[in-house]
Amino acid sequence: MSALSRAAWREFAAGARDQLPILAGVVPFGLIFGALAVGSGLSALVAQGFSLFIFAGSAQFVAVSLIAGAAPMVVVIGTIWIVNLRHLLYSASLAPQFSPLPARWRIPLAWLLTDEAFSVGSARYQGGDLRFAHWYFLGTGLTLWSAWQASTAVGILLRARVPTSWQLDFALPLTFLALLVPMLRDRPAIAAAAAAGSLAVILGGLPDRIGLLIAAAAGVGAGILLEGCRRLPGRSSQ
Amino acid sequence: MSGPALWTIIMAGALGTYALRLSFIGLLPRDRLPPRLYQSLRFVPPAVLAALILPGLVGSGASLNLSPTNPRLVAGLLAGAIAWRTRNTWLSIAAGMATLWILSAVF
Repeated sequence: MSALSRAAWREFAAGARDQLPILAGVVPFGLIFGALAVGSGLSALVAQGFSLFIFAGSAQFVAVSLIAGAAPMVVVIGTIWIVNLRHLLYSASLAPQFSPLPARWRIPLAWLLTDEAFSVGSARYQGGDLRFAHWYFLGTGLTLWSAWQASTAVGILLRARVPTSWQLDFALPLTFLALLVPMLRDRPAIAAAAAAGSLAVILGGLPDRIGLLIAAAAGVGAGILLEGCRRLPGRSSQ
Repeated sequence: MSGPALWTIIMAGALGTYALRLSFIGLLPRDRLPPRLYQSLRFVPPAVLAALILPGLVGSGASLNLSPTNPRLVAGLLAGAIAWRTRNTWLSIAAGMATLWILSAVF
């Protein structure tokens, strides 16, 4: 193996490894989704189809509950899009990193752009040698994709559920927390996180993850605002 | 709902979702974004992560729980402190989960 492909492989493996803590939180969701989908009358193939093609946990849950409630088709489709609107933000955030890549890379990497891949992947883009970072993103995204397919399938087959008393869902915010902390390097970044976090708590009652989208956008605004203040002439701090 | 209707939902939902994910990544020309916009985008990861984390710790809306006996809040604060000191992902997750289990058994 050449030195180049060794470096690429190392990035791929690191991306896969760094996705593992996230899986502790994701796999129970996949199991529940599979069980819930067939439990609400969908065929095994349709249930797996949601995970295979849509590949977005919260949108899948909302869609299945709407279908179970006999919502019209157009409403279900529109809701899936709205729930996933936040991916626009992820796409914008990673576009500068992905823009030097050829289309044969950008097309599959965009396909893998979920909450979890974005979180782990954008932590990788905070610094270091980025020449092979797209391999990292591929490793992290494929790991998540495989785990989501497998856990959906097991949920469908066994109607398996992890006991809720294990509270494994908490592994997700914990992993995100471990990713967030190193990003809080300056005041604008802290302001972005504080504003987005508190708004997400306040707006959590809004349907379809709209609260998350508004909160994240407001957080970005807070960061820009504070950075703007810092750059004002006559203020040389930091 | 019928089979074809369900597959229409899956395919339309998937296409829309993929279009959202591809949007900027697919359209952006090779030359870079305006530098101001580029710099603003560095706030997306911390903002999104915080917006995903905080409701998981303290709940949201009607289920808001800021009490010091909220196991998830205490476990999250501890895990955050450990992440800050050690930068060790596994250690902070393990400590957070252990704290959650212990406090859930106590309270």
